[in-house]
Amino acid sequence: MDILGAEMLSNNDDGKIVVENVYCADLMSNVLSYSITNSLLITNLTNAQVVRTADVADIKAIVFCRGKKPELGTIMLAERKTIPLLVTGLSMFEACGRLYENGLRSDKDTGRQ
Amino acid sequence: MTSSSEGTFFLTGKDFVKAGTASGSLKRVLEDMGVPSAVVRRAAIAAFEAEMNTIIYAVAGIMHYYVTAEMIKVVIQDMGQGIENIELAMTEGYSTAPDYIREMGFGSGMGLPNIKKNVDKFMLSSVSGEGTTLEFIINLEKT
Ligand SMILES: Nc1ncnc2c1ncn2[C@@H]1O[C@H](COP(=O)(O)OP(=O)(O)OP(=O)(O)O)[C@@H](O)[C@H]1O
Ligand SMILES: [Mg+2]
Repeated sequence: MDILGAEMLSNNDDGKIVVENVYCADLMSNVLSYSITNSLLITNLTNAQVVRTADVADIKAIVFCRGKKPELGTIMLAERKTIPLLVTGLSMFEACGRLYENGLRSDKDTGRQ
Repeated sequence: MTSSSEGTFFLTGKDFVKAGTASGSLKRVLEDMGVPSAVVRRAAIAAFEAEMNTIIYAVAGIMHYYVTAEMIKVVIQDMGQGIENIELAMTEGYSTAPDYIREMGFGSGMGLPNIKKNVDKFMLSSVSGEGTTLEFIINLEKT
């Protein structure tokens, strides 16, 4: 969280999120076909479908880029599904880059976006 | 994993507020039944893609699930424009989704191929102008 300078939006978490992998995408079908369980999803989209997609794909937490905050309804949905939401002022590229620098990898260690 | 379960969800076209809730509920049902989580995930992904297609492209539909000790069977049937060319629709990257759908993160033409990838048996049939029926089965015994 510190790496991204991110702000927590939902308050159902103790601030500790354990993720094993990172996946970043704006296409939900790609999230569903390529991401693996316990991943962190980084995305530019802030609609409720992102949260539902994350739920289906067993995504651990979502980071929204460029300071874009989702609507209250989306935040509430995420709280019900216990998926923490974070927002960072960074662009997707920057956010991914910083996490990569700090040792996080995507599923197959290919650096695939 | 002993009991069996069955149920139906109703899907409304263009209802993006509720979109995804049927698959979410199915996921909980499977989890509560003790289905292994990797299998639950495959079923939830397939159901979600099919549910989204009905909501995006059809007027209304139903999702029916049937779970036994041997398999998970899900049937999604809708009334709507149907699919004229199934082979084309199954092609990765083929999509007729309008821009506002793409803005929501859908319309990459990966949904149907993704469903097929996650299930053991996949059947898709459609009558153009009337509707579409998608049925999939995931085996539980060997997993
Ligand atoms: N239930 C349906 N009724 C009518 N047309 C459908 C239906 N499901 C799919 N199609 C057609 O098949 C195409 C391909 O579907 P598919 O799910 O593979 O991709 P998509 O929905 O366009 O994008 P994605 O699923 O990646 O978000 C759709 O663009 C649409 O034209
Ligand atoms: Mg689709």
